[in-house]
Amino acid sequence: MPEVKDWTTDYDIFDPSYKKDPFPIWDEIRGQCPVAHSERWGGSFMPTRYEDLFNIARDITNFSSRNVLVTDFEAPPEGAVYEEPTQEDLAQYNVGAPPITSDPPVHTWARKLLLPPFSVTSVSKYEQETRELCAELVDGFIKNGHADGAADYAQQIPSRVIASMLGIPKEKAGEFTEWVRGFLELGLTDPVLRQESAINIFKYLNEQIQEHKANPGHDDLITYLLNAEVDGEPVPEGHVLGTCFLILVAGIDTTWSSIGSAIWHLAQHPEDRARLINEPELIDSAVEELLRAYSPVTMARYVANDTEYAGCPMSEGSKVLMNFPAANRDPSVFENPDKVILDREKNPHIAFGVGIHRCAGSNLARMEMKVSIQEWLKRIPEYHLENPDAVTWAGGQVRGPRLMPVAW
Amino acid sequence: MGRRPGPRAAIDAGGLVVVMKVKVDSEKCQGHNRCYAMAPGMFKVDELGYATPRGDGTLTPDKMALAQKAVDNCPERAIEIVDE
Ligand code: HEM
Ligand code: SF4
Repeated sequence: MPEVKDWTTDYDIFDPSYKKDPFPIWDEIRGQCPVAHSERWGGSFMPTRYEDLFNIARDITNFSSRNVLVTDFEAPPEGAVYEEPTQEDLAQYNVGAPPITSDPPVHTWARKLLLPPFSVTSVSKYEQETRELCAELVDGFIKNGHADGAADYAQQIPSRVIASMLGIPKEKAGEFTEWVRGFLELGLTDPVLRQESAINIFKYLNEQIQEHKANPGHDDLITYLLNAEVDGEPVPEGHVLGTCFLILVAGIDTTWSSIGSAIWHLAQHPEDRARLINEPELIDSAVEELLRAYSPVTMARYVANDTEYAGCPMSEGSKVLMNFPAANRDPSVFENPDKVILDREKNPHIAFGVGIHRCAGSNLARMEMKVSIQEWLKRIPEYHLENPDAVTWAGGQVRGPRLMPVAW
Repeated sequence: MGRRPGPRAAIDAGGLVVVMKVKVDSEKCQGHNRCYAMAPGMFKVDELGYATPRGDGTLTPDKMALAQKAVDNCPERAIEIVDE
């Protein structure tokens, strides 16, 4: 890819400098042309002001969720070698990922179905086992005096918690972390890998669903979805499959990225570590502040009608990148946006989106962040980045550290 | 427990007695649960995460700052403090 010369007309969300440090770029765009445009990766618009993200997310008539991925491909690149999925595979797995890929009316019931198992009360059931998991992970490397805060810690947590919720074996966690990365991270610029990863996830979940059907009576999310009724009718199995796919895909990369960014921030800010240790009651607002400052998720919208936003004409079929992370650094809403203030008073961040698609897993994500920060600091109150330049970042749809050597 | 809420009024600048209440617009609320976490005891949330004020939402003067915090942190702009 050629070098980006003008970020307002030719941005590249996969540019290494953007993945590593997008903040000055967003400031530049926000200051010049708040809705940027680029032809790269299939073409898209990119709002960066809080107000614009707020408005677009809530205008579901013009901005549909039928396609929420930040890149699009036509056919796989020529010469690609991979196993063609069979027509049956494709038909069977062409179930979307409700509710994230749906608009009302389907969205309304699909979301309502999913909210109760993710309520504050429901997710609190998983807090103790998350604590034990975090403690065990730290105990595994603490004697070495160093570890990878991303790969050895952050990455290990959400996949196991989700496996436990869905009711699938935790031993598989490593494998589906790879599939999810293949779909949502590495696959964003590699259609073949994306397709393969999606099929792997669908196949595996489908097996699990069949197994749950054969052995009913478990207290887990797959069983809940299989037994649920909407308007007196059971939920179609394809819908259960699509929803499980979404939970796996939406719950792993995102949360692990947030935990990783939090560990990365705290490695470099002894004053914030000290505050969290001396004022443990700050943890809830600290989690919100870290979510604001290092928001991981950028979604997309499909322009459903020819429309105009902020003087910017957008034709039907265009893509809009929902840059929630940039909105959360907008100085017109957040005082001193580039500073992490653990007890920030005014923090209406939209890291979990805004409007009807507000993250259904937000209570779970918050719980995992809180517990993973607490359990780390309890055991490793003093630590630092071993080599700040060795930290690598993923970005595009989900931003967070992927390799992060730390030492104590 | 079992204590009645304290004085139900605040005195405005002109010396008039006004009752301040916190309200949640159920059309706007998307269940972020921020208010619930920020202002313990002031809101309740249902199974889907949607918030409503506890009781009739009347704010005693000592609760005003907390209610303002809930307003300031709700991403959906669903919470309002109104005088009646
Ligand atoms: C820090 C971690 C997380 C972040 C930052 C995050 C962010 C988001 C965002 C921005 C959206 C809105 C999508 C849109 O507007 O198109 C969303 C939706 C969603 N998220 Fe999360 N998410 C996180 C963790 C999770 C977890 C742990 C789960 C579940 C296990 C989850 C499940 C969902 C679901 C089901 C939706 C779709 C809701 C709907 O369309 O109604 N997320 N998330
Ligand atoms: S913070 Fe706002 S959106 Fe969230 S539950 Fe409270 S009122 Fe609803």
